[in-house]
Amino acid sequence: MKTLVKGTLVGAMMISGSSAVYAGCGISEGRVSIVGNEFPAIQTVAAAAASCAGDGVEVASNLTADHQKINVAGMQGNPAEYTSAIIANSSIVALMNEDVIRPLDDLIAEHGQDIPKNQLITVNGKVMAVAFMANAQHLAYRQDVLAELNIEPPTSYEDMLTAAEAVRAAGKSEYPLGGAYKAGWNLAQEFVNMYIGHGGEFYQPGSAVPSINNEQGVAALEMMKSLSAYMNPDYLTHDSNGTNAEMEAGNVIMMNMWGSRIGSLQDDEGAPPEIASNIVVGGPLMVGDSGSPATTLWWDGWTVAKNISDEDAVATFLAMKNGVSPSILNEETMGEAVWMIEGYEPAPVNQGVFASIAAGSTAYPMLPYHGLMHTALGNEIADFLTGKEDAAKTLSDAEAAYTTAATEKGFL
Amino acid sequence: MKHKTFFWFVLPTSLAMLLFIALPIVSVVMQSVYAPHEQVVIEVDNCDIFGCTKSTMVDQEATGKLRDAEPLGRFVGTDIYVNRSHLAITEISLAWQNSAGMGEFLSEVMNLPFYRALAFTLTYTFVVTPLVLILGFMIAVAVNSIPSVLRGPTIFLSLLPMIITPLIGSLILFWMIDSRGIIGTLIQYLAGDPSLSMKASTPLTWVMLMVYGVWHSAPFAFVVYYAGLQSVPKDTLESAMIDGASRWQQIRYVIIPHLVPLTTFIALMQLMDNFRVFEPIVSFNASAHATSLSYFIYDDLGGETRLLSSAAATSVLTIVGVAVLLTPVLIRTWRDFGRSKT
Amino acid sequence: MSTSVAERRSPLLKLFAWSFLLLWLVLAAFPFLWTFWGSFKVEGDFFSKADWMWAIIGHLTEAETGSTFTGAGYEGAWIQEEFWKSALNTLIVVVCVVTISLTIGTLAGYALSRSTFNYAFWLLIIALIFRAMPPITLVSGYLLPFYEWNLWGKLPTAIIVLVAINQPFTLWMLTSFFKNIPKDLDESAMVDGCTHFQAFRHVIIPVMWPGVITTGLFSLLLAYNDFAVTAMILSKENQTMVPKIASFLGTTQTKGNVMFAVASVVSVTAPLFVLVMFFQRQIVSGLTAGAVKG
Repeated sequence: MKTLVKGTLVGAMMISGSSAVYAGCGISEGRVSIVGNEFPAIQTVAAAAASCAGDGVEVASNLTADHQKINVAGMQGNPAEYTSAIIANSSIVALMNEDVIRPLDDLIAEHGQDIPKNQLITVNGKVMAVAFMANAQHLAYRQDVLAELNIEPPTSYEDMLTAAEAVRAAGKSEYPLGGAYKAGWNLAQEFVNMYIGHGGEFYQPGSAVPSINNEQGVAALEMMKSLSAYMNPDYLTHDSNGTNAEMEAGNVIMMNMWGSRIGSLQDDEGAPPEIASNIVVGGPLMVGDSGSPATTLWWDGWTVAKNISDEDAVATFLAMKNGVSPSILNEETMGEAVWMIEGYEPAPVNQGVFASIAAGSTAYPMLPYHGLMHTALGNEIADFLTGKEDAAKTLSDAEAAYTTAATEKGFL
Repeated sequence: MKHKTFFWFVLPTSLAMLLFIALPIVSVVMQSVYAPHEQVVIEVDNCDIFGCTKSTMVDQEATGKLRDAEPLGRFVGTDIYVNRSHLAITEISLAWQNSAGMGEFLSEVMNLPFYRALAFTLTYTFVVTPLVLILGFMIAVAVNSIPSVLRGPTIFLSLLPMIITPLIGSLILFWMIDSRGIIGTLIQYLAGDPSLSMKASTPLTWVMLMVYGVWHSAPFAFVVYYAGLQSVPKDTLESAMIDGASRWQQIRYVIIPHLVPLTTFIALMQLMDNFRVFEPIVSFNASAHATSLSYFIYDDLGGETRLLSSAAATSVLTIVGVAVLLTPVLIRTWRDFGRSKT
Repeated sequence: MSTSVAERRSPLLKLFAWSFLLLWLVLAAFPFLWTFWGSFKVEGDFFSKADWMWAIIGHLTEAETGSTFTGAGYEGAWIQEEFWKSALNTLIVVVCVVTISLTIGTLAGYALSRSTFNYAFWLLIIALIFRAMPPITLVSGYLLPFYEWNLWGKLPTAIIVLVAINQPFTLWMLTSFFKNIPKDLDESAMVDGCTHFQAFRHVIIPVMWPGVITTGLFSLLLAYNDFAVTAMILSKENQTMVPKIASFLGTTQTKGNVMFAVASVVSVTAPLFVLVMFFQRQIVSGLTAGAVKG
């Protein structure tokens, strides 16, 4: 009985082994399992990777908005459940901190010479991820309203305040400004933008010791408060969805918004045509005189798990390479993201992201402890905006909250 | 009941709870006294599609050695419990020494995240729980008195606040109470203030969350009471009626005493659920104005870098809080239990 | 009997009771009716920040689809996004959770209500303390072992976890109901020579339905509405309804299909209506059978 089973197994393996050499994407055998967020661009990548499945090659994907909560646990086992995680520059550090992803240099040398060098994400000289799309926040505004009032589209937050006052004075809108200021992650993101725009540094050089309680920090908070005076009073509950709905309803005239959300503002859904057709994008906004735009650049990329066999690693590498190859671009997928893939043709809707890159914006900090800082900021800044505390107190609270968290995590 | 019979009757339940609740609780307690190792951070150059920057990363080799030496992590005892994000003992004693008066001391304490969350959590618990009990009882009595043909649909409609997935239910309500939504506009009209917004001020946000809490949980109390009313001893009720008891007297002297055990049950569950209030804060984007202990756990576990030990400590504190909160009800139950023996 | 009580009430009290009930029903049902109506509109109308009247008249719906009603949300959810798969998974999860919870819960609840030893009380207290544990902490603790033992992502895992997490609640509720069933019933059966289990089987089971059905209703709603557990431990192909609905909502950087979510929620309310009608009749039948006497 035992030998019979064994014999059949060997037979089956031989059959699959012989034919698998010719399976798609040049993978002979192995297991590929992808975890990532679930927006359309990533669905496209996962689908293209899944097309590599065949004899002896198994490709599965688990795309969910909760991917960040499960990817570390799913890659810590040996062998890891997931052989690849699709992450962004903010979330790759969680994987690197736990040491669950492997350097890709050897795989690139052997199988990936054709991946354009600018897609490679290098940490300490080792390639840790391959990026395939970019995103950034930038200005979006109503050209009809600004043109009617003879206002130039703002290039800085200072201009934006002046323009907002003019729009309000003209009676066009009581609350002409918008922004994703929802307390928590979104609000912290706006502070990160504003602080970088003022030329601030989050940490003392080369360490995890925070240093945000300074002039730039206060200036960043004061600017956020000035802006909030022109926002709907509920601004602390508005995420991107809320802000975009305000824009589509015609209440918001100017806002700082994610490049990836502009397409849905301009389409024929959600807003009367006279509003939708007049929403256009500008560049990143400046603030103060640091010369650095008040925005951060983001990329999404794929990684390969550490705790898997070499065979699976090669299979994963090849499948993911195929997943982001130029062949995935077609009329439908072209508009899904700002692809960092050869053959991508930017549409006008993506000009904002490209303008942000061209203006020399900084990438969102890829530091092991910055996630803790982001969380601390998100919880504390609302107190300043609601007028419960002054700026210095808020910043020192945020530093204290961060220090507590970083001490627990062993960074301090 | 004999020990042996009892054992076999409760075995399946106990096994399930042991495996999936007791063991995790043990691991959570462990996690709250062990923190991750000190991370050796080194300076590195990072290059991405946008260019190269100086950055830092965790030195896995050095950190890995520490991890292998002590796989559980670094023993920190009660450090996490008393740090600023939790009980904040140091900060409180400092505030006590440095504050000029009670007011200043209190405002210092309320600035600490844990105590601020506790303030909302307790207020919420003690406002919502009694209201749910009262409202649920009133609905149950009212439904019990209508013709039985109408009862089915009435029960269904009354259950709607509970049936609709809170995820979507609160999203829709959130839009309805917006200052331009239908309920928001109605409130503005009733208050005579066209600029009133429920979401912009702290007190109104609290009220909104509590009203939602009552609305959402009242059906639970209603159904339990309604089921309880079906078993009210009829002969007692009839003899009360013959004695000329008014409707109110029947409720007061027959129905309410009969429903006491169920009330204890609802109160226990509601105190506990309300103490763990969390969903409405997330769905109403209310964290700028109100936070709770469970929201902290969610926040610690949902960030880009997850604070497992901190979440574990908050969870243990939540259990302790619930235990303290329930003590009076439990003492009551203990007495009833003692009485039922005889 | 209820009519005779009603007859004795003053008209004023009657009026008060009716108007109170009516007010409650409006409060309870209005958001749902609003959602039902709005599920046939486009997002720009239903979630309008310009004018709430749009949700009623369908201003943008007409502009975008040419009619003031659209079934686009339903079509998108059920056909394009294959919501029926999640609905099916939910059905499996809910049926299993309710059956298992009630089976093991009634046994234990009955024993707890009949035992006079102190450990019965303490078992209940421990169950209560267990319930105080926030579910998100529990779930995040499950992840690592579940991945390790290859249990993650499977429906049976989610079912067992949901049963275990709900067990303290089920126990307490059933114990409260069993305490209302007079002890003489099963005691007299045992005097007649039944074992404890036989007494339970032949005497208690026929009269326990109002309590069991009520508890079952809550187990059902808990399993049906659960997000914390199912979102974290079910894989994409085994996803149940609520995580699926959550996936329609989008993220900070991407727009979702909120109307799909709304349409899904509305369409799964219908089976619950049938269930509640059934449940209601069971409670009443328990009453009319006259088995429960104090």
